[in-house]
Amino acid sequence: MALPLRLPRFLGRLLLGFLAHFGRMSLMMAELVRGLAEVKIWLPRTISEAATVGTGSLPIVIVISAFAGGVTALQAGYQWQTSLPVYVLGTLITNTIVLELGPVLISLVLAGRIGARYAAELGTMRVTEQIDALESLGRSPASHLIIPRVLAATVMLPVLVVIADIIGVGAGWYGVKQVLPVTDEDFAFGARYYWRPFDAYYSVIKAAAFGLAIGVVSCYMGFNTQQGAEGVGKATTAAIVTSSVVILLLNLLLARILLT
Amino acid sequence: MIELRGVRKRFGEQIVLDGVDFVVREGETMALLGPSGTGKSVLLKHINGLIRPDRGQVIVDDLNVHTLKRNELAELRTRIGYVFQNGALFDSMDVFENVRLGLSDEAKYKDKDYAQARVAECLKLVNLAPETSTKFPAQLSGGMRKRVGIARAIAGAPKYLLYDEPTSGLDPVNANVIDDLVRRLDKELGVTSVMVTHDVRGAFNVADKIALLSDGKIVLQGLPEEFRESTDPKVKAFLERDFEPDTPFAA
Repeated sequence: MALPLRLPRFLGRLLLGFLAHFGRMSLMMAELVRGLAEVKIWLPRTISEAATVGTGSLPIVIVISAFAGGVTALQAGYQWQTSLPVYVLGTLITNTIVLELGPVLISLVLAGRIGARYAAELGTMRVTEQIDALESLGRSPASHLIIPRVLAATVMLPVLVVIADIIGVGAGWYGVKQVLPVTDEDFAFGARYYWRPFDAYYSVIKAAAFGLAIGVVSCYMGFNTQQGAEGVGKATTAAIVTSSVVILLLNLLLARILLT
Repeated sequence: MIELRGVRKRFGEQIVLDGVDFVVREGETMALLGPSGTGKSVLLKHINGLIRPDRGQVIVDDLNVHTLKRNELAELRTRIGYVFQNGALFDSMDVFENVRLGLSDEAKYKDKDYAQARVAECLKLVNLAPETSTKFPAQLSGGMRKRVGIARAIAGAPKYLLYDEPTSGLDPVNANVIDDLVRRLDKELGVTSVMVTHDVRGAFNVADKIALLSDGKIVLQGLPEEFRESTDPKVKAFLERDFEPDTPFAA
């Protein structure tokens, strides 16, 4: 094909692909909204799914937040200027963990853990006709499969991020005492001095938004899986990559909206 | 009654169904024959609305399946049992929960005593021992999975049963067991059935009528005797098992 025709053809395909995704995503969201009326079906499944997500993710959340807090403390020690009062370290570590590292780092890791599981589960169900079977029994895949997963991720991410914030700040507190002459009183004073309750809300709002993104994107990828085992692999990879990019975009967007 | 009128379906460049006309009357067992990859399963999925036609109509119980509202389609599906090729059992549920999910009436689904009795009854109908109910799909053989799939499809006492390759992948003994089971269920339950298969012998054993799908069209639909006596080259070629989809048909 002549070179001048390749670019429009490529752009045309790109646009059609985007419109197809947009259409399928819109249909899934419409099904989700409709399925919300079937509370008796999705509520028990959501509770069970939330328990699985929460308990299953807790160990990795504890490990990551402890290391994040420790590294933040060590880097604060490395860059420390003696002209500043030491209580600023409490402010620095607390705000870094609560505003940014806690929600973003934990969400990126859980995009891999939860997102991969959702996409692989639903993708396998799709290619083995289990989703078709559910529909053929007159039951809604939205209320049985998608809503419980999306809600579980949206509810449990904030819970896990609050735990991560607490452990991260604790680890940072302990870590900074190992590298700089800062007392518990100094750290606590600094953490409280610049603390605003909104910082905690911001962390939780971000976590909920990231959880929603992980749930919706991963379920969408899994639900629309095609072509057997290879398709499940592609859907799982796409779920992790897309969720991670959406988390970073949302992070920027929420900072712009909520912090200005 | 099930009726397809001029149904066309294409996936990308490939035309799978090219104006299919197909009728299954009340109480009939229809075997839909055809070589692999000719769209038999696609046709079957049009009947309960899992796939929408590009053109044409699918009528079940005088209802146009693809113009029904969401809740109307869900209600219609409770009258249509669907047996999937590989069972399509839910991996995370044991056999009891899988079959119980076939109880389309929500009140009966929640009534544990009724559900237990009905699941046991359905497992007995498909010749499975009661202790099978506690097993998970991964613990079952291929033949058992197919029978659990049938038990789930009949749990809600449907008016129609659609079987997608119920004997594929089974050894001849187990294939005969499934054929006998299909015939017995159709007689005992009085359902109207469509069985997609490429097993000619099984089709002649089980069906009241047979249809052959080839090149996106129904080549012939009629009694088994009409098939045997047909001079249509595609029918003859298929019955002689020397069907080659990409080469000219044997005369």
